Amino acid sequence: MLKPNLIPIIRKEFIHIRRDPRSLLIIIIMPLMQLILYSYAINMDVRDVKLGVLDESRTPASRDLLRRFTGSGYFLQRAALDTRDDVEPLFRQGSVKAVLVIPRDYAESIRRRTSTPVQILVDGSDSNTGAIILNTAQQLLTAASMDLSAAGYVPFQIRANIWYNPEQKSTFFIVPGLIAVLMMMICALLTSVTIAREKETGTLEEILVAPVRPFELIIGKVTPYVVLASMDALLILLVGRFWFGIPFRGSPLLVAGFSLIYLLSALSLGVLISTLARNQQIAMMIANLGTMLPSILLSGFIFPISSMPKWLQVVTLIVPARYFLEIIRGILLKGNGFDVLWPQAAFLLGLSVVLLAVSVKRFKVRLE
Amino acid sequence: MKSNDQEIIVSVAGLQKSYGEVEALKDMNLEVRAGERFGLIGPDGSGKTTLLRLLIGLLVPGGGEARVLGFDPVTQAEKIKSDVGYMPQRFSLYPDLTVAENLQFFAQVYRIPKAERLRLTERLLKFSRLGPFQDRRAGALSGGMKQKLALSCTLIHTPRLLILDEPTTGVDPVSREEFWNILDDLRRQGVTVLVTTPYMDEAALCDRITLVYQGKVLASGIPDEVAASFPRRIVQVFTPQPQETARALAGVCGSGAAQLFGDRVHLAVTDVDVCLRETRARLIAAQLPFTAIREGKPSLEDMFVHLIQQPTTND
Repeated sequence: MLKPNLIPIIRKEFIHIRRDPRSLLIIIIMPLMQLILYSYAINMDVRDVKLGVLDESRTPASRDLLRRFTGSGYFLQRAALDTRDDVEPLFRQGSVKAVLVIPRDYAESIRRRTSTPVQILVDGSDSNTGAIILNTAQQLLTAASMDLSAAGYVPFQIRANIWYNPEQKSTFFIVPGLIAVLMMMICALLTSVTIAREKETGTLEEILVAPVRPFELIIGKVTPYVVLASMDALLILLVGRFWFGIPFRGSPLLVAGFSLIYLLSALSLGVLISTLARNQQIAMMIANLGTMLPSILLSGFIFPISSMPKWLQVVTLIVPARYFLEIIRGILLKGNGFDVLWPQAAFLLGLSVVLLAVSVKRFKVRLE
Repeated sequence: MKSNDQEIIVSVAGLQKSYGEVEALKDMNLEVRAGERFGLIGPDGSGKTTLLRLLIGLLVPGGGEARVLGFDPVTQAEKIKSDVGYMPQRFSLYPDLTVAENLQFFAQVYRIPKAERLRLTERLLKFSRLGPFQDRRAGALSGGMKQKLALSCTLIHTPRLLILDEPTTGVDPVSREEFWNILDDLRRQGVTVLVTTPYMDEAALCDRITLVYQGKVLASGIPDEVAASFPRRIVQVFTPQPQETARALAGVCGSGAAQLFGDRVHLAVTDVDVCLRETRARLIAAQLPFTAIREGKPSLEDMFVHLIQQPTTND
């Protein structure tokens, strides 16, 4: 058994990457662009929601309640309505996203200690934002009614408290997820394309007749991407930590270890795709459909898995990003350790081993 | 090297290979001896590339047997690889690597020690006259230079046997000649060369040839002998209007289709004297001009055309 001869293949791959504008773009520009896009453009935070107010009471008490909304930072009063008929046109124009309705007898019923309905109407056409607005408004109303009922009796204040992400900042959620998506993209997409390219241009034929063993070729070709993907992950972590202020509560070593397992699954997928694809174009297409889309859509990156239909939830079980997302969010945001995350780790490792076995088995030393 | 001239380097017996329904090789037999230049001659799709790929272990045969340097390409491909240089038909080096980087890469892949690597690279650059272009990206080379670079990469580990798949197809005539001069140098160094080509003029440059068509051997031997074994005789018509002449002469005195060779038309006939008369008569009747009609020496091309026009017997 000769000792492995990896250096020439690794060195050659780095030359390819350096001279190929497309892979440079994917490795350097894409992470930054995605970071900016996902963190700023797809911002799911509720701030400055445009609020319409239908104050039928017009009393100091009702103005008090309104101040709770406008002073919270979540709502901006944009319109004062006179009748309920005004609600719909405003929603249609999109000039308000929520309307607070304070009934005529509001002050009166407070004084008499009877109950009266305060209504919040929310534009639900964007269901995600709508749900968050509703949630925020309910918290404000609950706090207000608690204050009222407690006045003069027990001076305590109830505060709804959302754990881990009290300000509901979506960057806390997005940035760790982005690491999962980008690592998958760089490893699966670029490795499948680079191997498919050797196939397409015929250089694979030349290498297969040289005394290069399949594992040398595969390891030699994927190593540069492991290095680059790790650097990208580190970059995102640093930007996330110091620019977006994302907490890093758990162990960095644990992140590194799990990332390697995750990389293994991504690389195996890349090699597997390259065995299926005849050329770079097809490899890129399969990689996009087979790894990128599931990593974004079926991993819980943006859409929660719990709100998917049952059959789709089952599908997510074979998406490696799903496990890695739970792991990395757990470590960063909750400070989880191995004791909590071992089931995800076990699934991920199992998936990686299966993928690796299949891809190595499929990778042929011959041409057919 | 002269002492083991009769050593068999490559032997192929009854080799078969199918791709699905398509039979690429039906029954291939040949022997390549040490130190010789062996030509595998046939048109596109005759199975030449398939045979070479089988010999280097890139494909697994459907039947029959092959031995390369005494090893079985199916089970002992690794042993063959270190002593064989294989140059695929398509230019398959890295276009984004420079000439020198390509050579370096293959030198490293073949585990050539560093000290020797530089010496070999330099020698090959000189030998292929690519020295002035060593920093140029391979993708920016001309067709002829690409082939010379591919050959150089194939030679980096000083193989005993060189397998070249249509190395000069699509290369300009000057570069073709230069390429064959390089092959002459290699023969002097004792390297056995197995080369495929669709060009008959290149076939004549080989020590021995095998004519293949539709996955089968049609004839083999020394090029002159193969040509001389032509069972008919050749009548040549020199004419300024070869196409019209060929059409007019189709089937004259049982010759089958007339073949075009530049400004000549060849007829394969049995009785030369009768045919010379009939041909002349027919051309005069058709009012076609000609400069000469005479018997010629059969060429490899005549032989080849004749062979592939034979009705195939059992399939």
